[in-house]
Amino acid sequence: MLKTLADYVVFDLLMARPGTHLGEALNFFIYDTLKIFLLLSVIIFIVAVIRSYFPPEKTRRILSRRHVYVGNALAASLGIVTPFCSCSAVPLFIGFVESGVPLGVTFSFLVSSPMINEVALVLLLGLFGWKIAFMYVGTGLVIAIISGIVIGKLKLEKYVQDYVYQMKVGHAEIVNQNFREKIKYAKDYTGELLRKIWPYILVGVGVGGFIHGYVPSEFLVKYAGPGNPLAVPVAVLIGVPLYSNAAGTIPIVQALMGKGLPIGTVLAFMMAVTALSLPEAVILKNVLKMRLLLIFFGIVALAIVGVGYFFNAIL
Amino acid sequence: MKIEVLGMGCASCNKLYQNALEAVRQSGKEVQVVKVEDIQKIMSYGVLSTPALVIDGVVKAAGKLPKAEEIKEWIK
Repeated sequence: MLKTLADYVVFDLLMARPGTHLGEALNFFIYDTLKIFLLLSVIIFIVAVIRSYFPPEKTRRILSRRHVYVGNALAASLGIVTPFCSCSAVPLFIGFVESGVPLGVTFSFLVSSPMINEVALVLLLGLFGWKIAFMYVGTGLVIAIISGIVIGKLKLEKYVQDYVYQMKVGHAEIVNQNFREKIKYAKDYTGELLRKIWPYILVGVGVGGFIHGYVPSEFLVKYAGPGNPLAVPVAVLIGVPLYSNAAGTIPIVQALMGKGLPIGTVLAFMMAVTALSLPEAVILKNVLKMRLLLIFFGIVALAIVGVGYFFNAIL
Repeated sequence: MKIEVLGMGCASCNKLYQNALEAVRQSGKEVQVVKVEDIQKIMSYGVLSTPALVIDGVVKAAGKLPKAEEIKEWIK
């Protein structure tokens, strides 16, 4: 249905000819934009309602006094449904550690929560389809679990800023919302998020449309194709400073994939965009000593690169 | 009456502070609005996500950005 609409606008209203660069780029742009905004409105709303049932205070209660493995797996899964904003990484980290959530389990949460977010999920679903969205979530969970287990085994508690352990955390009851309030919040949240990210999506889809219509396939395959073993780590490095622009980068990456970029490289890049961010590193520096911060980023980056090579090799 | 806005200076914390001021202005009541940016004080309320809004010591919202109208209801 959306395809028909996009075809109609481009080929009938604008009278661009099918098969031309301009026509194809425009058609791609309009179709993708419609599809993404439709999906975003629906899925962000649903995710926001689900999330209202998992405030971080509840997640902490579930995770406190859990042990390795089960704790890591739970933390990574709860990371998907617990709302997280890097601006509250400090109180969250302190609250988790103080209530007895093991350090490694806390890190499993800190990896999965930003990586598997609703915007990334929608864009993957809409642009790449179920299979790749599912792979992203699955490997995201695996990376979060493994990174957390490794950090736990390394016994790095001494590299948490000393004051964290001296904090006195209160236990105020937070006023509960009823269902109607939850729905209203979810609606407001969807509106706010869309208002914040729509320009990035338009730019991303626009650039994607340009690549789709104009960039020759041989060009990309030559530099970033399966033949270049450095493509995966380079993709991860490029992804780090692009944080918070998952909305803008994913449509571009989709167009690149259409031009022959291998799936492992694509997944690694997107994971780096969402999971490794400089602003989050700066915030986490408040609770982690430099050494632990570097180990954390190093382990996650290595795991992402590993996933990239893995999928490039098997698919 | 006292409204405390908890948060370590992020953009949405400032927005919440503005919303709280606006709510107080609309209500015409005598309410003190303060920003709490010290992490120890924030933690003492037991909130894990910011921005958070505390009215007379009761946590009304955490990790959300209530609008001025909602805050106005709470201080009535």
